[in-house]
Amino acid sequence: MSNGHVSSAVPTTKAATAKAAGPGAAVAPEVEDDVVAIPLRHPWRWVVAGVLVLALAGLFASLWTNPNIEHSTIATYLFNPKIINGVGLSLLVTVIAMLVSTVLGVLLAVMRLSRNPVMNAFAWLYVWVFRGTPLLIQIVFWGYLGLLYSQISLGVPFTDFTIFSVDTNTLVPAFVAGLLALTLNQAAYSAEIIRSGMLSVDPGQHEAAASLGMSPAYTLFKVVLPQAMRVIIPPMGNETISMLKQTSLLSVIAVLELYTVATQISSQNLRQVELLLVVSAWYLFLTSVLSVPQYYLERHYGRGTAAQAPTLLSRIMQNRIQRSKR
Amino acid sequence: MTETLVRASNVRKSYGHVEVLKGVSLTVKPGEVMCLLGPSGSGKSTFLRCINHLERINGGRIEVGGDLVGYARRHGKIFEMNPREVSRQRRGIGMVFQRFNLFPHMTALENIMAAPVGVKKVERSAAKARAYELLERVGLSHVAGHYPAQLSGGQQQRVAIARALAMDPELLLFDEPTSALDPELVGDVLDVMRQLAADGMTMIVVTHEIGFARSVADTVVFMDGGVVVEAGSPAEVLDNPQNPRTVAFLNSVM
Repeated sequence: MSNGHVSSAVPTTKAATAKAAGPGAAVAPEVEDDVVAIPLRHPWRWVVAGVLVLALAGLFASLWTNPNIEHSTIATYLFNPKIINGVGLSLLVTVIAMLVSTVLGVLLAVMRLSRNPVMNAFAWLYVWVFRGTPLLIQIVFWGYLGLLYSQISLGVPFTDFTIFSVDTNTLVPAFVAGLLALTLNQAAYSAEIIRSGMLSVDPGQHEAAASLGMSPAYTLFKVVLPQAMRVIIPPMGNETISMLKQTSLLSVIAVLELYTVATQISSQNLRQVELLLVVSAWYLFLTSVLSVPQYYLERHYGRGTAAQAPTLLSRIMQNRIQRSKR
Repeated sequence: MTETLVRASNVRKSYGHVEVLKGVSLTVKPGEVMCLLGPSGSGKSTFLRCINHLERINGGRIEVGGDLVGYARRHGKIFEMNPREVSRQRRGIGMVFQRFNLFPHMTALENIMAAPVGVKKVERSAAKARAYELLERVGLSHVAGHYPAQLSGGQQQRVAIARALAMDPELLLFDEPTSALDPELVGDVLDVMRQLAADGMTMIVVTHEIGFARSVADTVVFMDGGVVVEAGSPAEVLDNPQNPRTVAFLNSVM
């Protein structure tokens, strides 16, 4: 809390002092002009905080003392090797799917914004199909690809000429099918986010680049996308967190990610609630960790637009110093 | 008369049903400074943007250095240029915009280096040295590491001029370069342009600065309603205008 010493003076006070001092008089020391006021009190903040703390404490107490929850099971399985493997696989799927879908998204956004009517229509159709059908159905569809095409071959269409031919289930095991489903679906959403970012860049930037003789591709990568990133990154952070949670949907095609592993364990020991708590704790931990790179990406692409943001650590330290000063 | 750098003949441009340019013809010699004056909506900025093909003309022709703008002659036929050919043609024509259009994510120095490094493939160290030299020339070497947002409007516009100069253009186009500036910052930008003119740069300047036109321009062109109303030396057009529309315009701005 401040000690009540406010340095911004009320105008009337200042005028009155000036008049009293008369013209040409030496300027009075700042201190005499300062208003000394008792800071505004906020009693409702304390009331609301008290009610919330009480409610949360009650909730935790009910969970802690609940005889239906075996706390030792949570502790046992939190770092179980199977669970850890599941965490690793969920993270791996998230990272690969986000990276590949972002590249596809840029491609689709550029096609959608291009003057080529064929590319434009294709990008529109892609987004229409993959955004318009449920992700769960897309996952099952890729999982069942073997039912639709038992063999996958590369060759010239409508002829017998083939370069190679493989069994679908060998080429596309459950893991690959799940990765495909998440990536292709995400590309549709990312494309729209990236397109909106590109549209947010001032048209004058295109003209400046053009007048300097920059090619369309060079303009895209060096002028437009770096500026679009500022608009693209916050929603893409959201998408990354969604993706991490969506990997749990891959349980329907038995990919051994975090949620699948947990359900397998709980189907044997019948401790469903405990394992759900374990899984939730991991998802919460991972989504928290994922917001760190987002902060640094925003900081990097925000350069030139505002005062350089501090690093995360120095920002936390600064907050603590300011708080201790009050 | 010596050679001609820019030759525009009967240039027409329409947006939908609105004809903005109704047959503009003029020529610019190497080293010449031409000022385009006229009320807003007279088509002067549109005409300027046609010269480097930012706008596509609907009729007539524009030649810069003997080459058609936006079209290539091959085997006696005229082909529309592809984007790569258009980009190559624009390298020789610099442009300075009313709203500066600096790249906000690059420092002043990086703004100037971007095109030489990325387009002309000049080595980074050489481009950097040249960029410093150009910043020095516009009096801004002390802000080389600043981002555009940290510069005043006048400083941004001078960086923009340096950026255009970095491509060694044979022609510089200025689209109302001082219209977005606070009055006290206009002088610095005009001084830089005056120096360029003295160094022999060919310039076409769309402006409302009559004083600049009078002291720097070789030719003053007055446009209104999409046509050239009057053209000649500053003494002829500014001090002894013949057309009543020119007289009315000059009375309203002076």
